Amino acid sequence: MLLAITIWIFTLITVILFTDLVPEMLELASGQWFPETASVHGAIVDAQFFNTLMVTGVVFVLAQVALGYLVFRYRERPGQTAYYYHGSNKMEWAWTAATTVLFFVMVSMGYGVWLDVYVHAAPEDAIQIEVTAQQFAWNIRYPGPDGQFGIVRPELIDDAAGNPLGLDPQDPTGEDDLVVPTMAIPVNRPIELILRSKDVTHNFSVRELRLKQDTVPGMMIPLRFTATKTGKYEIACSELCGMGHHRMRSFLDVLSDQGYADWLEDQSEF
Amino acid sequence: MADAAQTSHAVHEAPTGFIRKWVFSTDHKVIGIQYFFLALFSVLLGMFLSIFIRFNLVWPGTEIPLLETFFPVGAPGGVMTPEFYLAFLTMHGTIMVFFVLTTAPQGGFGNYFLPIQIGADDMAFPTLNMLSFWLTFVALVVLLAAFFVTGGAPISGWTAYPPLSALGEIAGPGLGTGQTLWIVSIAIFCVAALLGALNFITTTIDMRTEGMTLMRMPLTVWSWFVTAILGLLAFGVLLAAGILLLMDRSAGTSFFIPGGLVVSDQIIDHKGGSPLLWQHLFWFFGHPEVYIAILPGMGVTSQLLSTFSRKPIFGYRAMVYALFGIGILGFMVWGHHMFMSGMSPYTAIFFSLMTTVIAVPSAIKTFNWLGTLWRGNVRLTTPMLFAVGFVSLFVTGGVSGLFLNQPSTDIYLHDTYFVVAHFHIIMGVAAIFGIFGGTYYWFSKMFGRQMSEFWGKVHFGFTFVGVYAIFTPMHFLGMAGNPRRYPELTGFDFLEPLASIHLFITIAAFITIASQLIFLINFFWSLFKGKKAEINPWQATTLEWEIPSPPPHDNFAGKLPVVYRGAYEYSVPGEPLDYTMQTAPNPPES
Repeated sequence: MLLAITIWIFTLITVILFTDLVPEMLELASGQWFPETASVHGAIVDAQFFNTLMVTGVVFVLAQVALGYLVFRYRERPGQTAYYYHGSNKMEWAWTAATTVLFFVMVSMGYGVWLDVYVHAAPEDAIQIEVTAQQFAWNIRYPGPDGQFGIVRPELIDDAAGNPLGLDPQDPTGEDDLVVPTMAIPVNRPIELILRSKDVTHNFSVRELRLKQDTVPGMMIPLRFTATKTGKYEIACSELCGMGHHRMRSFLDVLSDQGYADWLEDQSEF
Repeated sequence: MADAAQTSHAVHEAPTGFIRKWVFSTDHKVIGIQYFFLALFSVLLGMFLSIFIRFNLVWPGTEIPLLETFFPVGAPGGVMTPEFYLAFLTMHGTIMVFFVLTTAPQGGFGNYFLPIQIGADDMAFPTLNMLSFWLTFVALVVLLAAFFVTGGAPISGWTAYPPLSALGEIAGPGLGTGQTLWIVSIAIFCVAALLGALNFITTTIDMRTEGMTLMRMPLTVWSWFVTAILGLLAFGVLLAAGILLLMDRSAGTSFFIPGGLVVSDQIIDHKGGSPLLWQHLFWFFGHPEVYIAILPGMGVTSQLLSTFSRKPIFGYRAMVYALFGIGILGFMVWGHHMFMSGMSPYTAIFFSLMTTVIAVPSAIKTFNWLGTLWRGNVRLTTPMLFAVGFVSLFVTGGVSGLFLNQPSTDIYLHDTYFVVAHFHIIMGVAAIFGIFGGTYYWFSKMFGRQMSEFWGKVHFGFTFVGVYAIFTPMHFLGMAGNPRRYPELTGFDFLEPLASIHLFITIAAFITIASQLIFLINFFWSLFKGKKAEINPWQATTLEWEIPSPPPHDNFAGKLPVVYRGAYEYSVPGEPLDYTMQTAPNPPES
């Protein structure tokens, strides 16, 4: 009995320790736990997260409470004998079926948004931007007015000379290519990123836009989204890429149409 | 079957010399203890590394004079460099996954108790068993050597993704000799694990004593058996992957390195490889590895819940089928580690669905554990507390998995602290609770003395509360988008408000780690000064509780037991005691 009480005191302490953090967590909640989403698919991702939270939250609480209750209710007492019982196939089938249905319904709800981001083709008017990761920087390339990316050659890469992608000067389509360290995009316009890497595997992630995708050397990986809110967001690397991994930062500016046009013009002047 | 075993092991004299008895022993019990102490050393080392990991996250750039004494290169002036942090992180993960979670439950307890619980006098291949242990030992030495070579330990994480791990020193410190030693160590470990797995499988199939039918085996034996099957199928793949990676590094091949790479303005002379190939091979091993770590814990938990509820296990057959279900499905879910890797997004849906399937046998196990407690007569001994803790952690880590098996939510949570919280709870801490439960339960059998129950319970209290205090807030860090494997949080605006949560976690970690001293003192004090153990202190039914503590060299003193009934016959109506040994003859007709 003493022991059972001790355990519940411990459990209580856990809860208190945790609820102690709760005000702080709530304070942060507005902007920190799940920062407000700034993309179309982000809202669906969040909805799926909270659906899952509801289902698993109920499962979690029921299971933990049941565990604590059973241990407490059937703690050893004089005169109590255990029930000689080997189980019931009916119950095995019942809870197998119940969990199967519950989990599958929940999980299946999330596949639509996944297909939107990764499978469905980008609309014709999507703006294409190429992202090339390297230890420990991001190179953002815009195709320029001709809408075509120039050819790049690894042997021409020269960071010091300002050609981090190895643009081929012989290729006319590359002349108007714009290569910058930070990204800007217009709000409410479909964007298609093309992710590449020069050296090792990195990961392009912007938490407000609910974007996260490895950039794999040797591959060109498309990533589609539409931003819904203007603002300046941090781009972080989310795949261990070496000693400067935690400093591999850039910015993504979501601008108004006019702001984006101005930005492009400013950049081209360099 | 039993006859063959008896004849082949008819002559099994106890060795007398110290070397043959305690160092190069072929006795499965000694080897089990050797594995156990290797894991104990490793877990202390891994925990030691995690202290610095947590410290650096909260107080980066702080001088720790002690650190410079040990690592003048990695921590000049006693200040951890980011690459040194990553080296610690890599070694922490590698040591914990391979040398603790794979070694203690299977190599340690499995080795010691599988033969006894099936009524055998040793493993099927005692010499091979010795070889497995010593190869594991060599693997550990090779791994630790990485700390002391030029460049230090590798910084590519325990997953060692190429090209980072394949390019050598040019990609970063520790990726030269340190990374090579890491791969060699893992390769040796794989060989050891393969030999061990063969031994476990053969022993379980061939060495069971008379009457020990498959469906009378304790669930611990089932879990070691299924784990061995997983090991046999998984470690071979990791071994192959490791050899390929080694060849990419030293023989000029390009299995994992694509063409056109430019590192630090230098063209890499490789072409045609695929970084994703490594990820597929690694996780084809890596996901079953999670189950290799946790299945023995499930077995121990089943054993303990039944024993201390004084009640037969609820749904024995369902438990066996669920173990197999988890084992088989465990080979079909590896891609859920790769949703963001650039593999086909259709494949992601397949892996997501298979992962959801695996949640079902996991749920079945949980239901059966609860069913076992229901209407029991629950004795809250220390091992029982850890078993209950295991179920609690398994539920917690299980439900957080349901966020990560969906590619859509994984977009946001991938490679954040949410993942760190999830796998630490379910693979790390739950498995460790299985190990603690096993230690408190079997200590008396292994060492002939009892551990202190009181201090065991105190240890449980601190540890149970502690691990929740450490890992629960990490879910929130993940929800705030905090990426894993960042040595410090100073580089990003969005990470700054999270500092107080990190501080809380670090303090909780320090208290929890400090409280492990209670266990260590209890363990070593009891080893020498503990109360002499009885044969069956827990009033349990399985075969190890019929023989002296510690058992004689050939376990059953030349007379193998005959088994008449299942492993969990507690509170049988009409019996004088509330437990009926497996060897009790004339089971009542039912």
